[in-house]
Amino acid sequence: MSPGAASPIGLPLDRVDGPHKVSGSATYAAEFQPKDTCRALIVQSRIAAGRIARIDTRAAETMPGVLRVLTHLNVERLPQQGRAAVKPPAGREMSLLQDDAVRYNGEPIAVVVADTLEHAQEAASHIEVAYERGPAALDFEAARGGAYPPRKTVRGPPDTTWGEGASALDSAPVRIAATYTTPYEHHNPMEPHATVARWEGDRLTLWDSTQYVSGVRDTVAKTLGIPTGNVRVISPFVGGGFGCKGSTWSHVMLAAMAAKAVGRPVKLALERPQMFGPVGGRPRTEQRIELGASRDGRLIAVCHDVISHTSSFEDFVEVATSPTRALYAYPNGSVTQRLVKLNLGTPTFMRAPGESTGTFAIECAMDELAERLSIDPLELRLRNHAEREPDTGRPWSSKRLRECYRQASRRFGWERRDAKPRSMHEGPWQVGWGMATATYPAHRQPAQASASLARDGTAVVRCGTQEIGTGTYTVMTQVAADALAIPVDLVRFELGDTRWPRAPISAGSMTVASVAPAVRAACTRLRDALAKQDRRWLDAADDAGRRSAWRALAASQPTATEAHGESHPDASEDEQPFAARSFGAVFAEVRVDPELGIVRVPRVVGAYSVGRVLNAKTAANQLQGGIVWGIGMALMEESLLDPSSGRYVNGNLAEYHVPVNADVGEIDAWMVDEDDTRFNPLGARGIGEIGITGVAAAIANAVWHATGRRIRDLPITLDKLL
Amino acid sequence: MEPPPRDPASVSRRRFLIHTGALTTGIAAEVRLPMSEAAMPAQAAGGESEMRLRVNGQVHALRLDPRVSLLDALRDHLGLGGSKKGCGHGQCGACTVLVDGRRINSCLALAIAQEGREVTTIEGLAAGGKLHPVQAAFVAHDGFQCGYCTPGQVISCVAMLEEARRGDASAVTADLDAAPLLDDAEIRERMSGNLCRCGAYVNIVAAARDAARRA
Ligand code: FES
Ligand code: FES
Repeated sequence: MSPGAASPIGLPLDRVDGPHKVSGSATYAAEFQPKDTCRALIVQSRIAAGRIARIDTRAAETMPGVLRVLTHLNVERLPQQGRAAVKPPAGREMSLLQDDAVRYNGEPIAVVVADTLEHAQEAASHIEVAYERGPAALDFEAARGGAYPPRKTVRGPPDTTWGEGASALDSAPVRIAATYTTPYEHHNPMEPHATVARWEGDRLTLWDSTQYVSGVRDTVAKTLGIPTGNVRVISPFVGGGFGCKGSTWSHVMLAAMAAKAVGRPVKLALERPQMFGPVGGRPRTEQRIELGASRDGRLIAVCHDVISHTSSFEDFVEVATSPTRALYAYPNGSVTQRLVKLNLGTPTFMRAPGESTGTFAIECAMDELAERLSIDPLELRLRNHAEREPDTGRPWSSKRLRECYRQASRRFGWERRDAKPRSMHEGPWQVGWGMATATYPAHRQPAQASASLARDGTAVVRCGTQEIGTGTYTVMTQVAADALAIPVDLVRFELGDTRWPRAPISAGSMTVASVAPAVRAACTRLRDALAKQDRRWLDAADDAGRRSAWRALAASQPTATEAHGESHPDASEDEQPFAARSFGAVFAEVRVDPELGIVRVPRVVGAYSVGRVLNAKTAANQLQGGIVWGIGMALMEESLLDPSSGRYVNGNLAEYHVPVNADVGEIDAWMVDEDDTRFNPLGARGIGEIGITGVAAAIANAVWHATGRRIRDLPITLDKLL
Repeated sequence: MEPPPRDPASVSRRRFLIHTGALTTGIAAEVRLPMSEAAMPAQAAGGESEMRLRVNGQVHALRLDPRVSLLDALRDHLGLGGSKKGCGHGQCGACTVLVDGRRINSCLALAIAQEGREVTTIEGLAAGGKLHPVQAAFVAHDGFQCGYCTPGQVISCVAMLEEARRGDASAVTADLDAAPLLDDAEIRERMSGNLCRCGAYVNIVAAARDAARRA
């Protein structure tokens, strides 16, 4: 930025897309209605395993308004039975009606296309299906015997040991061991998945609710066997994703196939109950942890063995051992990941995959160890602070966790805590204070962007990234304005379109770290090119001067000047000479009704070391939202599986409980000062997911402190406390 | 617990819930279906009915399947996509609109039953291109992330301010005889019919608090 111009980076700017979001003019996938759009509805299987013996669609086909009923008997045959793009863990095995097999209850088995939603719904209820049932594995406990190591995980091989591994436990004077479980959960963004598909000749446009427009384009083109360039995916606003919109699931393809079959644009919006199964969820986990320590609280060894479930047809691994490998300076360790196959839809990444489930287990275990040693839980963590990545010995790119502990504990008032359980009360309530460490790895992928100066003086900056609620429009506008040395209102950032330069998936908390450097590169190039023509805006003394010089420059352009930029990490994450991870310290207060077992969380305090913050307002919002997720994970979220049918019996928002406004008390979350330029040129590591980590453990530890009861199975519902 | 009814002007918890949509069966029961043949709107061929809907001050003549919900009529037939569909079953509040000034879950109301009523959606809130004070407060306090629950939250908040002004009590109102004061506990309770999966509640409460102060 030029001297004198204040950088907008870091400022708590109001969201540039805020006025659209509050006035209903932000357009989400299902709201695109090309002319002649008709409706498609997915019909789902009602058994968990077997095959379709007979499917009778004759009655449905003659019902008013029905245009077509697609089943495995009449649907278009796809190359490689629809598996051409399968490349787990992101290119999923879809259910595209290519055969009569049924692999889980709720699997798509037919699609009704009709002129209106009501007609499609009525026709769907007239489809008759006879099944031949096969054996279904639906019992996690029973399937444990067949647990197997996956070929690999996103964090490398399933088993890792360092130092002397598990055998070092033998020499530890103090040992604790416990098993923790987390349930099936489903993402449930407020906007259900939706796709509008329109064919024009052999060209396909998809308006899709997705965290990855390029991923959808590639998957759909490959699966259909058409050139990638023939598919365009548009997604300007996504009503939340949290991981489930990171993969291309069956309904996206089915919308495209239905549109082709009827020769009209088709809208396919999932209904809320359809969000429980065909579009992923958080796997159930069972985690055994063993810790060995010296009497003065130095960790000697850790063992963490995780079993999680996957579907019968695809391996997805919930790497709950990941945070354990990173958290403390244990000289010895051993972690393992195992899978059990069940007849359920394939699970997937869900907000802080691995880290949220894993921190629940390891951070509860640390609390149990602190109790055993009679050491303050915070002090135990400080004694074992990891100055380097424990399993590789690499230094951190940057880490300010000690500062997080210091600031958050002070704000919370931790030093006033009476260590004894059941020692604090407030009226009839038992009060408990608990804490945990939060952590999430930092990721970065290649990204590209373009920047051009329009004649009206608008800098149009484009990138095929996504806005899923994290503030991408706003933050990238700030980055662009900074690089171009112009006021933010002269920038228009456009995203969510495969016509724009490619960006990675909006997941893994990596959008800012990946996309911001590309936006900066494109804008810096544009600035340099323009400065050669007329650099008066750079030398102007104030904003008004900059603005008028910039406008004059724009108007004088014969054609729009355009520049491209890209950015990528220097090496893969494993090959970097440093380890990059975010950390935080989270403290929770709970109140427990001793007679009814009700748990309330009046206050959560968290401080986070996440690198440089590009927008203080949207960043704090992300952390708060993550903490709300942590409250839900701790106290209410659980998809209840009917072990006989394989159906989730609470598959709706009335019975699958997520926190409502009245469930959330005070949340005080902030970022400690930091700048991680070793990780990327902007110094930011990402904030989308760390907020949920550690929270369930902090709450469980607080529940122990309030009641003296260790609840190791989430969610902590009142029945477990009575 | 249900407080005993006091006088006809007072609002019981049950009635309050019906109007806020927190009690879904209450809402469904409140949908007034056409009662008599004479009152039935003209049934057109193909099972469609003609209806006139007044939305944001404008009357629209529609010919729709009588099963179409108010929400689907707005989104799919009137091009008013600002009201969101999160569940279609009265469980999330994303579809909240005002009907004759009161908030309802539009997914639980039939479009045809709204004849003769005034429907206000999020698109009708801003006047002359200027954001409604509640909308402005949501922007200033960053009371959202993805924005999908936001139109419902904003409409709900507008209705909440009116309910408090009118003296309607909520489940957490301590003194049923005094005018309710919209403190954080009241706001949290009264806004709990609107889920926000992004978890922007802290900022939603801040926005509502600010709007209440200015109202
Ligand atoms: S869409 Fe109406 S309450 Fe959810
Ligand atoms: S802002 Fe995303 S659901 Fe509320």
